[in-house]
Amino acid sequence: MVERNDSPNLPSTGPEIGKASELASDREGPRVVSRRWLLMKAGIALNGLVGIGLAIPIVRYLFAPVRPDNTYKSWVSLGPENDFPMGQTRMVTFKNPWVRAWDGPTDDIPCYVRRTGTSDFRVFAINCAHLGCPVRWFPQSQLFMCPCHGGVYYADGSRASGPPERGLFTYDYKVVRGQLQIDAGQMPTLSNTAKLVNIAAPNQDGDCPCRG
Amino acid sequence: MPRMKRSAKTVYDWLERRLQLEGPVKDAVLHPVPRNTASWWYVFGSAAFTLLMLQIVTGILLALVYEPSAAQAWNSLQVLNHQIPLGWYIRALHGWGSNFMVAIVFIHMTQVFLFGAYKYPRELTWIVGVFLLLMTLGMAFTGQVLRFDQDAYWGLGIGVFMVSRVPWLGGGLVHLLLGGPTIAGATLSRFFTLHVFVIPGLLLLFALVHVWMVLKLGINEWPMPGRVVRRATYVAEYNKLAHEDGIPFVPGAFWKDLVFSGAVIACVAVCAAVFGPYGPGGMPNPSIIQTTPKPDFAFLWIFSILAYLPPALETPVILIAPIVAIAALVTLPFIAGEGEKSWHRRPVAVLTVTTIAVAWGVFTHLGTFTPWSPHMDAWSADTLPAKYLHDATPLVREGAVVFQAKQCRNCHEVGGEGGMRGPALDDVATRMTPDQMRYKVVTGGGNMPAFGKNLSPPEIEALVAFLETLHPSNVPPAVDAAQQAIEKNGAPPPSGGSD
Ligand code: FES
Repeated sequence: MVERNDSPNLPSTGPEIGKASELASDREGPRVVSRRWLLMKAGIALNGLVGIGLAIPIVRYLFAPVRPDNTYKSWVSLGPENDFPMGQTRMVTFKNPWVRAWDGPTDDIPCYVRRTGTSDFRVFAINCAHLGCPVRWFPQSQLFMCPCHGGVYYADGSRASGPPERGLFTYDYKVVRGQLQIDAGQMPTLSNTAKLVNIAAPNQDGDCPCRG
Repeated sequence: MPRMKRSAKTVYDWLERRLQLEGPVKDAVLHPVPRNTASWWYVFGSAAFTLLMLQIVTGILLALVYEPSAAQAWNSLQVLNHQIPLGWYIRALHGWGSNFMVAIVFIHMTQVFLFGAYKYPRELTWIVGVFLLLMTLGMAFTGQVLRFDQDAYWGLGIGVFMVSRVPWLGGGLVHLLLGGPTIAGATLSRFFTLHVFVIPGLLLLFALVHVWMVLKLGINEWPMPGRVVRRATYVAEYNKLAHEDGIPFVPGAFWKDLVFSGAVIACVAVCAAVFGPYGPGGMPNPSIIQTTPKPDFAFLWIFSILAYLPPALETPVILIAPIVAIAALVTLPFIAGEGEKSWHRRPVAVLTVTTIAVAWGVFTHLGTFTPWSPHMDAWSADTLPAKYLHDATPLVREGAVVFQAKQCRNCHEVGGEGGMRGPALDDVATRMTPDQMRYKVVTGGGNMPAFGKNLSPPEIEALVAFLETLHPSNVPPAVDAAQQAIEKNGAPPPSGGSD
C-alpha cells in the first residue's frame, strides 16, 4: 500500500485481516473446533431445508401456466351459422376465452370458417402449420397463402406447397341454437393437435377421430 | 490550491482505507502484456463491454416510460417516439446499440477463434464467452418482443411453433414460454422480466467473470506460426514473453481500446440520429393479418433457413442443430486446447470461418428480400408491361386477366414485378409447350399448387394462350417434338399397329 495507515482501528491491507495463522482457533483444542464445524454443518443443513421448503412454492408458481390443454379451452361463439354463406370461406374474429385484463388487442383471435354444407363447417386456425404466421385467404384462386416462408394451402385446408408439413389446423365446432361455436382458447401448435384434424395425412396416428 | 489538493488527498485516503481498491486496481492496470497484443485486433472485447454499458443506461432510460403491458406497450412506444422530447433518440440508441453489440460480439468471437485464444489456459474464458454470445442473442430476441408490434407478435408465434416441436414436453414448454395458452398479457410480462432482470443480470455477471479471467490469465499473445501451445510449458513461456517483451496494459494497449470503444459509440449515436428508432410496426392485434412478419437483422438467417428446409428435415434441424452448434462451441477448447494458434497453420479453422461467414451473408441477404414469400398484393397492384398485350387477341387478353385475377402473379414475376416464389414467366413459352403448361397449371407440382379445381377449361385455355405469347421476339416458342415431326412431314408418322 502506498499510504501509511495512521488509524489504529483499520487494517492497512485487506488480506491481513483474519489471516489464518493468527486465528484464535489455532490455540483452541480440537474438540472445540470440531464442535464449531458441526454447528456450521447444522447451519448449512438448516438453510438447505428452508431452501427446499421455499423452492416448492416458487416452482409451483413458476410452472403455474403449464396445464392440460383442455383446461384452457372452452366453447366460443363465432356468430349465427347463417352468417356463413354456403361454399364460402370467411375470416371471423373471436375473443379468446382465456383472458387477462391487460391483454389489450392480443385477445382478438381470427380464424377462417368454410361452410361446406347445411350443417357442415370447417374452422381453420389462422396460424400456418409451419411456424404460425397468419395465412391469408384468396377467394379468386381458392388458396391460403402464408407470407412468411411461402406455404400454400387449398380451400379444404390441405397443404398445397411450401414448407408446411401438414394442412391447416382446424378447431372442433358445433352448432348450438343456430350459433356456430368452436372449441378454442389456445394457440394451435404441433404440440396440441390431438384435438385438431390433420388434413394432409388423415391416416397418420394421432389423427382426430372426429374427422368426416 | 495546495490546501484543496491536501483535502482531496485526505478524502481519497479516507475512502481508500475503507475500500482498499488501490492495490487490485493497480495490479490490473499495470500488469504487463506482450507488446504485440497492443493491436487494433484486440479491441472488440472492450467495445462489446462498452456497448453493454450503453445498453444498460439507455435501457434504464426507456424503462422510465415504457409500459410493460400488452394493452399499453405499443402506445407507450408511440409516446416515446412522438411525445417525449428525444424519446425517439433514446429508442434509436438502444436499437442501434443492440445491432452493434450483436455484430461486435460476433466479430470478437471470430477474432478470438482465429487467433487461437480459446486454447489452454483460456478454455473457460471462451466457454463463458459462448454463453455471453447466447445471452446477447437472447437480449436481441426478447428486445424485439418488447417492441410489441406485429413483428413481435408473429415472431413470438414462430418461436412458440419451434418450441412446440419438442417431443412430449412441447406443449408444457409453450405454456411456460407464453405464460398461458396464447400470446397475450402474461407473455409480454415474462419477456419483460427476461429482458430487464434475468438476462442482463446474468450477462453482467458473466461479463465480469470473463474480464476477470482475461486479467488473471493475461491477454492472448499474438499467434506466431510455429509457436505451439503445450500445457506443460505455456504459462512459463507466456510469462517470459509478457515480462521480457511486455508493456503495462495501461496505457500501452488500453488507449486503442478507448479509441475504438469511443468510435463505436459515436457510430451508434450517428446511426441512431440518421436512421432513427426501429418501429414499432403495426399494432400487435392478431386479427390484422395484412402483415409480412420478419425478424430483426440478427435472426434473418434463421428465417431464411426455415424457408429452405425440406419439411421432413425441419423438426430434427430445429431441435438438434442448436444443441450441436452450442456443444461444438463449448467443447472446442477441449478438443483443440493445444497446438498451433496461428491461422497460417490452421486451414480448417480459416475454412470454417469463411464458410460460416459466406453462408450467413447469403442467408441474411436472402432474408432481406424473402424470394420465397408470395407477394400478397402483386395480383392487384403490379402492372403488366404494355408490350405483352400489344396486338393481343381477345383470348390472350382474357388470359392475362386470368393470370392476374387468379393470383399467379403473387408467385411469378412478369416484367420484373411480382413474387419470386416460382420462376419468372417472361420467356416461359421458350421453355414449355402449351401442353406442358396446361398440365402444370392443372396439376401443379414442385412448389406450385394445382389449379385444376379453381380454373374452368375456358380460363385454362385463355391462360395458356397468354403464356404462349411470352417469349422474346427472336426466340421461337418451344414445340413438341412429335408435333414438329408431323408438321415437317405433313403427315402423321407411320404407325405399326391399330389404335
Ligand atoms: S410460417 Fe407459413 S410457411 Fe413458414
